[in-house]
Amino acid sequence: MMAREEKKPRLVERDTRLESDALGRERSLLDATWSNGRGLIAWMAETDHKAIGRRYIVTAFGFFALGGILAALMRIQLARPENTFLSPDLYNQIFSMHGTTMMFLFAVPVVLAMGVYLVPLMVGARSMAFPRMLAYSYWMFLFGGIFLYVMFFLNTGPDNGWFSYVPLAGPEFGYGKRADVWAQLITFTEVSGLIVATCLVCTIFKMRTPGMSLHRMPLFVWSMLITSFMVIFAMPSIIIASTCLIMDRLISTHFFNQAEGGDPLLWQHLFWFFGHPEVYIIFLPALGMMSEVISTSARRKVVGYTEMVLSMSATAFIGFGVWVHHMFSTGLPQLGQSFFTAASIMIVIPTAIQTFNWIGTIWTARRLQITVPFLYMASFFFIFIIGGLTGVMLASVPLDRQVHDTFFVVAHFHYVLIGGSTFPLLGGIFFWFPKITGRMLNRRIGQVSFWLLFVGFNLTFFPMHLLGLDGMPRRVYTYPTSMGWHNLNLLASVGAAIIFVSLLVYLVNIIVSLRHGVVAGENPWGASTLEWATTSPPPPYNFAPQLTVASSEPLWHSELAPPPIVGLAADKREVLVTYLLDAEPDHRYPMPGPSLWPLVAAVATSVMFVWSIFQAWGVVWGSIPIFLALVGWFWPTKTKERLEQGVRGRMTVSESLS
Amino acid sequence: MSHLQSVIHPAGIQAALVSHLWWILFGICTFVWVAVAIAALIAMRRGHRAASVDLPESRIGRNVAFAGVATTITLIAIIFESVVIGRSLNTLKAPDALRITVTANQWWWDVQYENPVPSLRVTTANEIHIPVGRPVGFNLLSNDVIHSLWIPNLQGKIDLVPGRRNELWLQADRPGVYRGQCAEYCGLQHAKMALVVVADPPEQFEYWLTANRASAPAPVTPEQQRGKDVIEKGPCAMCHTITGTLAGGRTAPDLTHIASRSTLGAGSIPNTQGYLAGWISDPQSIKPGNRMPPPGLASDELQAVLAYLETLK
Repeated sequence: MMAREEKKPRLVERDTRLESDALGRERSLLDATWSNGRGLIAWMAETDHKAIGRRYIVTAFGFFALGGILAALMRIQLARPENTFLSPDLYNQIFSMHGTTMMFLFAVPVVLAMGVYLVPLMVGARSMAFPRMLAYSYWMFLFGGIFLYVMFFLNTGPDNGWFSYVPLAGPEFGYGKRADVWAQLITFTEVSGLIVATCLVCTIFKMRTPGMSLHRMPLFVWSMLITSFMVIFAMPSIIIASTCLIMDRLISTHFFNQAEGGDPLLWQHLFWFFGHPEVYIIFLPALGMMSEVISTSARRKVVGYTEMVLSMSATAFIGFGVWVHHMFSTGLPQLGQSFFTAASIMIVIPTAIQTFNWIGTIWTARRLQITVPFLYMASFFFIFIIGGLTGVMLASVPLDRQVHDTFFVVAHFHYVLIGGSTFPLLGGIFFWFPKITGRMLNRRIGQVSFWLLFVGFNLTFFPMHLLGLDGMPRRVYTYPTSMGWHNLNLLASVGAAIIFVSLLVYLVNIIVSLRHGVVAGENPWGASTLEWATTSPPPPYNFAPQLTVASSEPLWHSELAPPPIVGLAADKREVLVTYLLDAEPDHRYPMPGPSLWPLVAAVATSVMFVWSIFQAWGVVWGSIPIFLALVGWFWPTKTKERLEQGVRGRMTVSESLS
Repeated sequence: MSHLQSVIHPAGIQAALVSHLWWILFGICTFVWVAVAIAALIAMRRGHRAASVDLPESRIGRNVAFAGVATTITLIAIIFESVVIGRSLNTLKAPDALRITVTANQWWWDVQYENPVPSLRVTTANEIHIPVGRPVGFNLLSNDVIHSLWIPNLQGKIDLVPGRRNELWLQADRPGVYRGQCAEYCGLQHAKMALVVVADPPEQFEYWLTANRASAPAPVTPEQQRGKDVIEKGPCAMCHTITGTLAGGRTAPDLTHIASRSTLGAGSIPNTQGYLAGWISDPQSIKPGNRMPPPGLASDELQAVLAYLETLK
């Protein structure tokens, strides 16, 4: 009994291990322990959540650029009536690719990636839970995206929209492999999304630093926790849907074939049961970022912490009960529709409460600092609110049946998604860029980029409301001159050009600042959360010593914090596992070292996924390499244990595959 | 803008109700947006100026709660208004209504005027004539994928789902020509799947209906006769129907009264002789991917077919 007590980390008032010399020695030891070595192999075997988070963010923005170019092509095509710039077939592929890219390869991965980078730092952990699985999820995401774009350039891009309604995407009307490519891309992103969500939940629940009880968690961490649960509950629905679709197409099942007892509307239910929560999966992390930035700018904690958390949770719950508002025109019974009208309208309340709390926070700021990140967040009150209000309109069945599937809806969800997620995200990137890279982004260029985006965005999407009211449907590759829609469309296209310029300016800012930006200290914005307590960029082990907290704004109330925790090993990778509610120390847990197996397993899985859209037997034969890769992954070896003590120098193949 | 297809220029009772609802919601939402924007701007100005505003947490909480309650009451009012209007839209079915079955196809509309007497049924395509002031009930079917029938000036949309039958009720209150369009993405030529709705005064509508019950007139000139022969013996009859001739295909629009319709290719082009000639000789250049292959007619055959089709008023 006594012996077990001894092994537990203890709070120590004064410890020789906390004196600066000792700390310096410990830090250099930790540097070696958490080092992944050098060389290409080490790069491929990377398991540090910060490196993977960075790759996720950069890759997702790469897909954002591709999706944006597709949007620009659509805006060129629609700038004039009867335009022949794009053929109908290419246009249909492009709008499907644009939606699929933005939803599955940008919006969801990038917000999860922000969580991957920031959450362990914010909760004061040395690593993320399951770092190898996290690496696997990144490779799956990357390969899925590459697969989609390779198929697109081979003229096999999806052409049924990002929602792939059957029977249009079914075996009878979805020609070639286009719909299969879409369905299998979904499988790739499901795998990666579910893994990230699992890692985030475990990190947040079990790896918070001592003292960070649930009610002291930063709001961004709360938003990621709630989002991760939404991912875990929403994804199974699309997994079922896309698997049934592939089976209908590949092995002639009849899940969606009405002639054989299936039902095309079943697809819509399954898709939107996932698809609507998906919107909140994109939206909630952005709200978390807003809370952090607004609190930092206002130099006070956000008004109504508990209400904020409850609001986000309520959004997540209600978010699973609104999916039918995407199906109001399918002819469902009136009573059922009324229920979904009520739910869709009531989901406004939690977001409204958060908005009021933010306004209250700004109102009572202690000398509000209008920084560039704050500008992005503040635009929420002007842009997102428009999208939210048109959302209220769309929840009304009679009105929805008029404007559903028109440009009004296109305007609505761009206001919601760009205003509610992309603006805060760009602000968030601006805010955490110094933490990630060690250098500040340029403020002047940032302001130029923000205002260009603000103007360009409204110029592009506001006219679309009017187009929708005047009857312009979505997903049309052209429209007749006689309808008189061309002026507003031209205006929208001009706006799109301005958005393009603004994002280019943002990119230039990043490139210039990476080299010449002002060197940021640990905490350039004077923020309150733990990620600002370590160097910029943070060391591979994030923190030494392990910090403890006694407040929800630990850096603003550092005097309250109990002394740091000592007792975590410095000569092997160890993290502190704490109890769920109050984050009291529980036990030390070894973290695995770098490994090439996640990459190998991801390659094997990708081969199986791609093979399976061409041959049903691909599922069987393709599973064998995955099995072998997983055996290698989990095979206990001596080298594996050695790797937990860090990699010295260049990493070798045999080390990486131990 | 032409307002041929506009939600806020209603021409019937249903669309008028929805348009009314739109203006109410527009008013409420504009007010809310302005209120939030002003509050945010004031907050930023005060927050920026004051070194510290000493507002106790409890008072901020009270204000937030007040705003939350106000929001909730507004939202409940919106739900109420929406449900009330939804219910009144649903009560507008009438037993003496005109019944029309619309069957959607990639990418055109088959239109059939129901009548218990089969010989009194009228089949046409891509153009619907309705009487002003009388409710019209549509039975909506689909032959292939999901489509959506949407005539904004008259009524909101309802999908045409394969394997299901949906209903749409509307009534035109003033005569005019309105445009409708497929509103559910249905594949390659979704953009060119429109239809024309002509609301006629009742007597004019009856005249149109009677005229459309007649079979195609017999050809008069030798060239028209030749055109009919080409249609009957050539590829056209495989897909198209012309009542009173041997052409009886059911997979393409009924041509019995083609000359009386205003557009071709489901609203793609106007129905004039030049466009018709262009359409017949190469339908794929006008609406790429549509199901009509170029029939490969010689130019004299084409002229004969045009001459015949022109008589099908």
